[in-house]
Amino acid sequence: MSAPSENMPIAVSVPRLKPLLLRHLPYFIGAAVAVALAATIQFDGYVHNILMQATTFAIAVFGLSVVLGLCGQINLAQAAFFGFGAYAVGIGTADYHISYWLCLVAGCLIALVAGAVLGMSTLRLGGHYLAMVTISFQQIITLVMINAIWLTHGPDGVSRIGRPDLFQSAQGYLAFCVAVLAIVGYTVWHLPDTRLGRAMRAVRDNELAAGVIGVDVFRTKVSAFALSAVLGGLAGGLFAGGFAYVSPDQFSFAESVVFLTMSLLGGVASPIGSAIGTGLLILIPEWLRFLKSIPGLYLAIYGLAVILIIRFMPDGIWGFFATAFDRWRAQTKAPPAAAALQLKPATVGGDIVLEVTGLSKYFGGLKAVDGVDIQVRRGGVHALIGPNGSGKTTTLNVLSGLYKATAGKILLDGTDITTMPPHQRTAAGLGRTFQNIRLFRSMTALENVEIGAERPGNTMIGQGGDAALTERAMEALTFVGLGSRANQLISSFSYGHQRLIEIARALAANPTLLLLDEPAAGLNSTEKLELHELLKRIAAQGLTILIIDHDMTLVSEAAQHITVLNFGRRIADGESMAVLRHPDVVSAYLGTE
Amino acid sequence: MDLVLQLLFTGIGIGAVYALVALGIVLIFRATNVVNFAQGEFSMVAAYLMVVFAVDLGWPYWLSFLLALAGMALLGVIFNLGVYYPLRHRSFLPVIIATIGASILLANSVLAIYGPQPQVLPGWFDTPGIQLGPVYLDSQYLLIIAVTVALVFFNYWFFEKTMLGKKLQATSQDKEMASLLGISVSAMIMITFIYSAVLGGLAGVLVAPVLFVSIQMGSTIALKAFAATIIGGFGDVAGAIIGGLSLGIIETFGAAYISVPYKDAFAFLALVLLLIIRPQGIFGERVAEKA
Repeated sequence: MSAPSENMPIAVSVPRLKPLLLRHLPYFIGAAVAVALAATIQFDGYVHNILMQATTFAIAVFGLSVVLGLCGQINLAQAAFFGFGAYAVGIGTADYHISYWLCLVAGCLIALVAGAVLGMSTLRLGGHYLAMVTISFQQIITLVMINAIWLTHGPDGVSRIGRPDLFQSAQGYLAFCVAVLAIVGYTVWHLPDTRLGRAMRAVRDNELAAGVIGVDVFRTKVSAFALSAVLGGLAGGLFAGGFAYVSPDQFSFAESVVFLTMSLLGGVASPIGSAIGTGLLILIPEWLRFLKSIPGLYLAIYGLAVILIIRFMPDGIWGFFATAFDRWRAQTKAPPAAAALQLKPATVGGDIVLEVTGLSKYFGGLKAVDGVDIQVRRGGVHALIGPNGSGKTTTLNVLSGLYKATAGKILLDGTDITTMPPHQRTAAGLGRTFQNIRLFRSMTALENVEIGAERPGNTMIGQGGDAALTERAMEALTFVGLGSRANQLISSFSYGHQRLIEIARALAANPTLLLLDEPAAGLNSTEKLELHELLKRIAAQGLTILIIDHDMTLVSEAAQHITVLNFGRRIADGESMAVLRHPDVVSAYLGTE
Repeated sequence: MDLVLQLLFTGIGIGAVYALVALGIVLIFRATNVVNFAQGEFSMVAAYLMVVFAVDLGWPYWLSFLLALAGMALLGVIFNLGVYYPLRHRSFLPVIIATIGASILLANSVLAIYGPQPQVLPGWFDTPGIQLGPVYLDSQYLLIIAVTVALVFFNYWFFEKTMLGKKLQATSQDKEMASLLGISVSAMIMITFIYSAVLGGLAGVLVAPVLFVSIQMGSTIALKAFAATIIGGFGDVAGAIIGGLSLGIIETFGAAYISVPYKDAFAFLALVLLLIIRPQGIFGERVAEKA
């Protein structure tokens, strides 16, 4: 925590950023050179095939870097999606003489639909299910490729696959694929800095917190999965055109594992890593061709490699270097200056911001919360207290949508939010922090707060452009006194400071009502005093706070209004001092004689 | 009607194998909160050990059987030390990726050593089976069913009545508290891996005479067993058994009445349908995470 002086704007001159396209010019020049080289150099057939394979595989592996690296969801059926694209182009051009372009688009669409449906049926459930279902899906697709002979020609495969007229020559086609790779690579490279990309990273780091600060977790996961499938399909379509022949064994589970290994080896979090991994795992086997004489040896080494990479190099080759680089950069790059944070809570409804009536939450026979009424007045600090096990945190979890209410009604600023999922409640104006801190641990403080600022319906970020988000997030971090450390990773902050970042994340969203779940827990006495000061500054801007805490000093000084729970029921409610002297409250805390 | 009874018998027999492997998966999941994707390879490796001992070396069947299971116990130790233990403090994703790596390593090492030719393992009994009214009861299937029933009772006795079983349960429910009570958590996890590897191996040795002994048998059985665990409600022992049996029956009837080549697809279709209709499985798993 910090002195209030840090709340003032810091005068640091910020160099004007060059336009995005200009800054990325080197990338495009490099890509153009690569395409030109692919189009002009005469490769012999062997080298050409290796380049063709590397280019198309890399696109499929980019897909894994999105779904696994960015969003933390596993996909063990990438070869099946690759197969959709390949068979669409293969069957379409060879058997039905349809235009290559149409087939390529169709292949991508089939992969997209399959990926979205598969994702929608399992992504609610989490990792293990997804791993099992994708493996199962992969096996079914392989069975279909082998057995649906009328469509796929079975184990014989599809030959004489066509190419577009524009790129008939092997060279021209390779150049085309390299160009596609460059474009896809650019997109995947910049995905993490977009709204969707940030949402994916939030989901990967902490699903629960992501939902509560306004990310639609399910839709984000399905998007990541579908995007990965489309890239698989696209890669497969290009692959089919390049080799003019496809057969089921090229799209088996073993290939899915090869894709996974490529992505893990290079570094799953970045497309650069994917490209490195793909290149290495295509070249190394070529150098070690003698291994192929013994069936199985090859994949056995892949399996061993997966175990060793996971154990000793979890971020892959690129991740290893990137982490070192980031650490160095975080120390050198000073964060930009920030203006004072403005909180303008929406004022749509009347005098009561939060109206809870008859709220109940039962776990089987246990009545954790039983018919509780709470009225939170606008602009005040309202405390919810009670002994351990009285149902405070359960109430908060029902309010923020992590638990479904058994009965009762919750009105936020006049809107009925009783049945909404967490992210919609956040959009409606609810902000919260957690008792056990839930930050996105692989991101910087600034990025954490930016995701909070991105709340749908936040009126303080204008059009929601990147610059506005950064500015808002910096204001919030400066407000809690951590502006100067904005670019540091979460892991480098103390417990008390992490708590402040959580509060900043909620404040950046400009909520109508802020729920604080035991903000003083685990803080030392100095930090508690500073927290008290911070709460006063928040309340001074008119933001309504509902606070849960054990610390009676904090509660009695900060709150004007107190509701007391015991055994899931409301036992007292009213003005602070009166409530704390209420005999029922005294006996609940101290026991009766 | 006769055919239906016959198919039912075969379905239960093959389902019992899935149930055994599923049981191994569930036990490891309960102890470590991680799904072991190499569980099927345990069955495959045990079947190959059996072929080496009983067929190639010509040792007595019962001795080969015991040696194969002992080999599995050793594999359980190596697996725990090499794959799970170093990653025990990481999130579940790295661990399942590592077990997938281990599954590929095991399958392809056997392929590299033994070659792709499927092997034949004779059954335990000389009598192929008995005719009971309209139904022909294959002796190997009878053995599989008997062993599975016996194991279900053993499992119940072991986990509910013995001190070791109770310690294992305590470990799977709350590792920190268990260690504070003086239970060696790493020893309990080691025991779980050994037990699961032996269970998987037992399934493999029992089913080997019915199927061919091949490299693919591990992944085929494992995928069915995964489906069985999900159908039964993840992490539930009784659910895994019932899930396994129902999958065996679905698959056998599907192959008889609908299509043989797509036999393996029925299990997965049943799985995906179930996930859409009743994601918590028949017996239900608590899914919610505490805030």
